[in-house]
Amino acid sequence: MSALIVLLIYVAIFVGSFFLVKLAVQSATNDFTSLKTVTFGDESAVRPNRIASVVSIVSIFVLWGAFTGSSLLPGFLHAPGPFIGDATFTYTAEADGQAADDATVTVRVFEVGTDAEEPTVEAGDGWAKNDAATIGAWRSGLIRVDKNDEFGRKEGHRIVAVNGEAIAPGGAVETEFGRVGMSQKGTLNFVPNKGWQMEPIWLPAPEAVVSRIGSIAAEGYRGSTLWEHLGYSLFRVVVGFFFGALVGIPLGYAMGLSNWFRGWFDPIVEFMRPVPPLALIPLVIIWAGIGETGKIILLFLAALWIMAIAARSGVSGVAISKVHAAYSLGASKTQIMRHVIVPNSLPEIFTGARVAMGVCWGTVVAAELVAAEQGAGMMIMVASKFQNTDIVIMGIVLIGIIGFGIDILMRMAEKALVPWKGKI
Amino acid sequence: MSGLSIENLSMRFDLPNGSSVQALQDVSLQLAEGELLSVLGPSGCGKTTLLNIVAGFLAPTDGQLVLNGHRVSGPDAERGMVFQKGALFEWMSVRDNVSFGPRMAGKREAEWGEEVDHLLEIVGLQDFKEKAIYELSGGMQQRVALARCLANHPDVILMDEPLGALDALTREKMQSLVLKLWKETGKTIILITHSVEEALLLGERLLVMAPRPGRIHKEYRLPFADLGVGQDLREVKKHPEFAERREEILGMIWDMEEEIMGRSEESA
Ligand SMILES: Nc1ncnc2c1ncn2[C@@H]1O[C@H](COP(=O)(O)OP(=O)(O)O)[C@@H](O)[C@H]1O
Ligand SMILES: [Mg+2]
Repeated sequence: MSALIVLLIYVAIFVGSFFLVKLAVQSATNDFTSLKTVTFGDESAVRPNRIASVVSIVSIFVLWGAFTGSSLLPGFLHAPGPFIGDATFTYTAEADGQAADDATVTVRVFEVGTDAEEPTVEAGDGWAKNDAATIGAWRSGLIRVDKNDEFGRKEGHRIVAVNGEAIAPGGAVETEFGRVGMSQKGTLNFVPNKGWQMEPIWLPAPEAVVSRIGSIAAEGYRGSTLWEHLGYSLFRVVVGFFFGALVGIPLGYAMGLSNWFRGWFDPIVEFMRPVPPLALIPLVIIWAGIGETGKIILLFLAALWIMAIAARSGVSGVAISKVHAAYSLGASKTQIMRHVIVPNSLPEIFTGARVAMGVCWGTVVAAELVAAEQGAGMMIMVASKFQNTDIVIMGIVLIGIIGFGIDILMRMAEKALVPWKGKI
Repeated sequence: MSGLSIENLSMRFDLPNGSSVQALQDVSLQLAEGELLSVLGPSGCGKTTLLNIVAGFLAPTDGQLVLNGHRVSGPDAERGMVFQKGALFEWMSVRDNVSFGPRMAGKREAEWGEEVDHLLEIVGLQDFKEKAIYELSGGMQQRVALARCLANHPDVILMDEPLGALDALTREKMQSLVLKLWKETGKTIILITHSVEEALLLGERLLVMAPRPGRIHKEYRLPFADLGVGQDLREVKKHPEFAERREEILGMIWDMEEEIMGRSEESA
């Protein structure tokens, strides 16, 4: 329900800011693209609108803050929060041979994690006495209102109405402060209003995640510092990828240059290519255990096929006229390998390396989710078992940032090392 | 004996479906040292196949090639090739491309540096030495290809439609350049082209080939290449014999193309 509300608000921001920005920012640029009259269907005329990117990111954080009651946002932006404070409702009880009597229940709804005392209430008149109870926000609780009444269940105590509305076992009455239900045995159950905000155990506020990053960066988590966790994940990726490339690239070259290699490895590579590395995790754990060896073998396998295929297509992709030209210029086979085939395959290899790095990063996190002592994936897995959602989100954010950083680095290396890529 | 002699060359391609294509049949040709031969013919008549055999990229099914007295088999630095496009090495600078041959032969820069720079000057690229290939226009790239071929001192230069991908203006300039280089270096050149005018302008000898099977249809000896060395090519084109020859050859090729179409209609 509240997910639908969030989605609607998000769409509203999307559409609203579009028209707002369109009105406010009259395009003052006069460059070539802005002069095009045909832009629909012209991919080169579609450039990311920077304002849209900023609004997009800001609105994600605003929505996040609004629905978690973030202290970073002014209160009027908050979505209605859960009810906190003293809730009251009355019940009407009957007992064998007694006239119906009313009593008031006062429930102190407190923020989970803070101390709450039971509110003091007067007993009130009549045989049904007033009750007090405490319930944490977003929780619910059974309230045995009959316990302090003069006539208990032995005397046929039963509740017939709440706030004057009739109630029966299995039924419920909505009150100003929440929902009062009745169990099959006749006990009242109070569910305070939850509002639209998310409970921190489902989604913590942004500042909670930030402060968790701070505290884990300072104190570490599960016996390792944050940098050790992330460092372990990165180390596994780099080593696994390194060996994958070390074996995969020569294998791909051999497949691109020799019939025998091509025939021998084609079925293996073509079979392994569609097998997701995640599917190999159980087997690798059986064979190599959950230690570093197992993870590095897994990442090695993840990178191996990608790199082999990239190197193979890099070799096969060499224009035959380049090879012919090199032969006619007197180059030997080794020279052609070194000066024509290898450099010609570099763009493909870089594309493969970028893909492989991405796959390895995803695979290492997944492998750590399954079993690990350290690592980014291990952190979020353990945290999720303890409902430490802030750590889980922190982990996801850090994993995203690192994955993005890896790709940026690969792209920069590509630009520096194969500047001719895509320009031929 | 010096020169290139093509003796009874035949080439048959066996296709996977069991049929075969006779790309060349019994082609014989003598080329003296320093001659410029242009080869013309409808597409599919085996021009590229002939050139690939001379270059040594293909082994003929029959016949042989003799260059300067020895039999030719396989590619070698004595026969340089200029391709239509895409045969430059994008990962090297212009200068590294041009010096590729000498460098592969293990020569030091002291041995080739001066000459490579001189060649770059001749083709007008002295200011682009350190540029990357992808930064050059198509015409400039072909000039790099020419210089790269010349820097390797081949006895025979083979060109497969070297100017085919260029626009008309660039093409005209390049035609003059080819003639100039030919005169200056005295190389034996075989040049394949699609353009009758180009074949007439550049070919000291001109070979018209006919298709199915690929064979020599007619041979000419022409004065235009020599005329073109000294003067504007547009002047050469005004020569009365030029127009006459052009019409004659165009008619010849049209007839062949018509015959091909007629034949494919029959078989269809
Ligand atoms: N590798 C090959 N395999 C099969 N057929 C080929 C091959 N190369 C050329 N041919 C055939 O040989 C004939 C001559 O081709 P080609 O020499 O490329 O002609 P041109 O260069 O004159 O256009 C064509 O019919 C072509 O289909
Ligand atoms: Mg051809």
